[in-house]
Amino acid sequence: MENFILNDLGYPQLTLLLVIPLIGTMFLAFLRDREKIRVVAMVTSLVNLVASLPLFFYFDPSTYKMQFVEGPYPWIATLNIHYTVGVDGISLLMVLLTTLLTPICILCSWRAIDKKVKGFMSALLIMETGMIGVFVALDFVLFYVFWEAMLIPMYLIIGIWGGPNRIYAAVKFFLYTLAGSLLLLVAMIALYFAGGKTFDIVTLMNGHYPPAFQFWIFLAFFMAFAIKVPMFPFHTWLPDAHVEAPTAGSVILASVLLKMGAYGFLRFCLPVLPHATLTFTPLILAFSVIAIVYGAYMALAQSDLKKLIAYSSVSHMGFVTLGIFVMNVQGIEGALLQMINHGITTGALFLLVGMAYDRTHSRMIADYGGIARPMPRYGAMLTIFAFSSLGLPGTNSFVGEFLVLLGTFMTHRGTAVIATLGVILAAVYVLWMVQRVLFGPVTKPENAGLADLGMREMAALVPLVVLVFWVGFYPMLLLNFLHATVGHLLEQVTAVAPPSLTEQLADRVTGPLGNYLKGLL
Amino acid sequence: MFPMADIWLILPEILLVLYACAILLLEPFVPSSQKAILAYFSLAALALAGFTSFRLIHLDYAVFSGMYLLDPYSTFFKFLLYIASAFVVLLSMNYIKIEKINIGEYYAFLLIATAGMMVMVSGGDLITIYLGLELNSICFYVLAGFKRYEERSTEASAKYFILGSFSSGILLYGISILYGLAGTTNLKELSAFFAASSTNSAAIPSFGGALTVAMVLLTVGFGFKVAAVPFHMWTPDVYEGAPTPITAFLSVSSKAASFAVFLRVFLSVFGGVQQDWQAILIVLSVVTMGLGNLVAIAQENIKRMLAYSSIAHAGYAMIGLVVGDKLGIYSLMLYLMIYTFMNLGAFGIVILLQRGGISGEAISDFTGLAKKHPLYALLMMVFMFSLAGLPPTAGFVAKFNVFMAAVNAHLAWLAVLGVVFSAISAYFYLRIVMVMYMKEPAGETVLATSPALSIALLVAVAVVVLIGIFPGPLIDYAQTAILPIR
Repeated sequence: MENFILNDLGYPQLTLLLVIPLIGTMFLAFLRDREKIRVVAMVTSLVNLVASLPLFFYFDPSTYKMQFVEGPYPWIATLNIHYTVGVDGISLLMVLLTTLLTPICILCSWRAIDKKVKGFMSALLIMETGMIGVFVALDFVLFYVFWEAMLIPMYLIIGIWGGPNRIYAAVKFFLYTLAGSLLLLVAMIALYFAGGKTFDIVTLMNGHYPPAFQFWIFLAFFMAFAIKVPMFPFHTWLPDAHVEAPTAGSVILASVLLKMGAYGFLRFCLPVLPHATLTFTPLILAFSVIAIVYGAYMALAQSDLKKLIAYSSVSHMGFVTLGIFVMNVQGIEGALLQMINHGITTGALFLLVGMAYDRTHSRMIADYGGIARPMPRYGAMLTIFAFSSLGLPGTNSFVGEFLVLLGTFMTHRGTAVIATLGVILAAVYVLWMVQRVLFGPVTKPENAGLADLGMREMAALVPLVVLVFWVGFYPMLLLNFLHATVGHLLEQVTAVAPPSLTEQLADRVTGPLGNYLKGLL
Repeated sequence: MFPMADIWLILPEILLVLYACAILLLEPFVPSSQKAILAYFSLAALALAGFTSFRLIHLDYAVFSGMYLLDPYSTFFKFLLYIASAFVVLLSMNYIKIEKINIGEYYAFLLIATAGMMVMVSGGDLITIYLGLELNSICFYVLAGFKRYEERSTEASAKYFILGSFSSGILLYGISILYGLAGTTNLKELSAFFAASSTNSAAIPSFGGALTVAMVLLTVGFGFKVAAVPFHMWTPDVYEGAPTPITAFLSVSSKAASFAVFLRVFLSVFGGVQQDWQAILIVLSVVTMGLGNLVAIAQENIKRMLAYSSIAHAGYAMIGLVVGDKLGIYSLMLYLMIYTFMNLGAFGIVILLQRGGISGEAISDFTGLAKKHPLYALLMMVFMFSLAGLPPTAGFVAKFNVFMAAVNAHLAWLAVLGVVFSAISAYFYLRIVMVMYMKEPAGETVLATSPALSIALLVAVAVVVLIGIFPGPLIDYAQTAILPIR
């Protein structure tokens, strides 16, 4: 196994991260008192956060190889399915993001969730296991099991603790993502037979598959991941899910779940199907650019805060897919950074909306106005994250978006110019939103007496503020982890197939879309 | 000459029939408050038969001059039947008390039906198969009408009887054509005959259309028993009208045994002409999945919904039959075994809600169950997600293997159709979860709990989750028990 560096910490590091939340859930099952349930859930998630820190300190950024690998332990031996977990630079950051955000989600649900607390906390902790599992699985079946199993707690979180239209949103979310995932299942099985009857992801990456085969597999992967990202035009479930989900659900959805689609592209499409990746690149670039501009444009028109942030997510995730598929170091590293940044910033924005909602029970922008006066701390926080969201230099998002645009400009100038529009629009909708919510006179008399953020709420936000500036001023903190992995990834894509194949799809598609695709080339 | 030694090899079947007769004899002497004794008696019979089969597990014999086969394949299905019957006994104990059909014959018919299905899966001759099929069908006709004071139940019985005998007739007609062509009804001899003629290219056309007609007739006969579209018409009405434990029994045992025979007959007798029937069965499989899943969405009665869901599952299972290679066979066996547990579990919860009449049959009766009875709601959720095929439940393992077989046989498009319908099916399974968890309960829900039912449910859920996480042993066992194929 020359591609693996086995875990040598003396204990099963990654398995531990998967098991701790489950153990916490088991404890919850025996508790009745709500306050105790909250405390136990919080402690569990904090223990998991601490348990994930060795990953940060002992990770060797100089190699692309999978690290902390455990296994392969036979799981279903006759089908050659194993329990194998490990991380590289890409998944490491995602795992840390997950372990950081789970305690924050529990913190923000402390008072907001007052019915069926036990069920909610259990669902959150099971979600954590599922999310970490997706990022650390090195066996395709294991990956798939986590990928789909995660739908169940998320469905329940939206459907049980969500807003008035929660059932519709939950079912839409579930069916949409399930349909995509099931295609992934068939593609995964096809890959198993083509790749020599193995589900081992690293082995599959090193296989060579005929282009026609890659085309179909990519199509199935694309459906699954594009729905999850969500990429235009598969994004329609997202605003519904965000609006109806409770705050913690929105945070998890925006910060971690959306990243799984992008992670899927990076983990499977690029290295396993390089040929098809190049074929589909123009199409995906087109979708990404449309997502950036369309998402921003839609955000401009929203009167509901959560919808506004949801559409801004579509726009921001457009940058991520754009960066991934321009296929150079700047683009991919920028995309990865953007993934983390979006997790921090949008997560925080959803937290802030939730905190305002807890006080006024409204998400409508029109119901606010001038609330920076009664809530100065809230005003400061919202301003910081709003600036981060629009990509102000000095904040985290600037670095990510800048790298993505730089990477895009190097290979696809026209595309980069259009994508930049998204940044400008972001400034418009974000600043406008901040102005309408925070500044000016207090428009509604009942808002004058709003209580400012308390200690618990500040505790949830401060770590994210620190990250906003830390990453903003010193992005090497995260980029260090990425260089080796991204470099290797690019080698895998560019070595296998000649780039001239990019034109294939443009040739297949006729009409205005075809012309547009040709223009991109 | 009658081979006395062979008797020992059919001991499990003999035991069940003897116990059934004993129940009939004992029944008048058991006071009506003590009928549970007969249930325990039946459980003992099943356990004893299971133990005997376990002792015979490695045997691979054709007994009674090839009329009867004792092979690992049939033993696998016999275990499935014991498990299903034992579950049904546990599900019935309280139910038949509430429905006032608490009479001993119920258990006797249950055991005889089980024996009949065992004869079916072990049949080495079309005549034996037919015999077993009729034996269990007649028991089912009676059991379906057991709530004789209720119109729906008697209607179910009559409907099942008329359509059932009609389809048996069609099956018999197919068998007679095969006999006319080959001069035998023995599976092995038939298989050798058609294999020989398939190598001789002149021979097949000389059958004219007769071989095709026989295949179609057999497909109709078995298709009726497994509830494949378009021979499914009886299913919703019979499932709705029959006593709920019997519905559960029908949906798992009868389906599994019929699939076992379907597979054995088609792979051994028609093994050499697979191309001829594969196309028919592909069409059947697709329309079965499609219609089952789509119509299930519109149901308001949970028994009807589960009826359509069971039609849909027949469609998935049929993919294994269509593929017909090693992977296909074991995936079908695995599918039926897993389906047994998850479907019995789901019916168990339905029975839990039934306190006489039609209470607990409307999907709206599940409203807010999670609030009043969180444990049972959780169990139902697991069964629903398993039926929808989501990991980490057993239902995922079942579907995963079936789709794997399809992709391996270059039928990836069939697998794609399968997953599309699977996504559609999630909608109606999810609906149950939704009404249980996301709606407020309208009134008080009183459950008809009993220790037997709770035990059955807990075992079912444990198995569904355990197989979902550690499917290895069951897959290994199914693989060792597949039919020998050429």
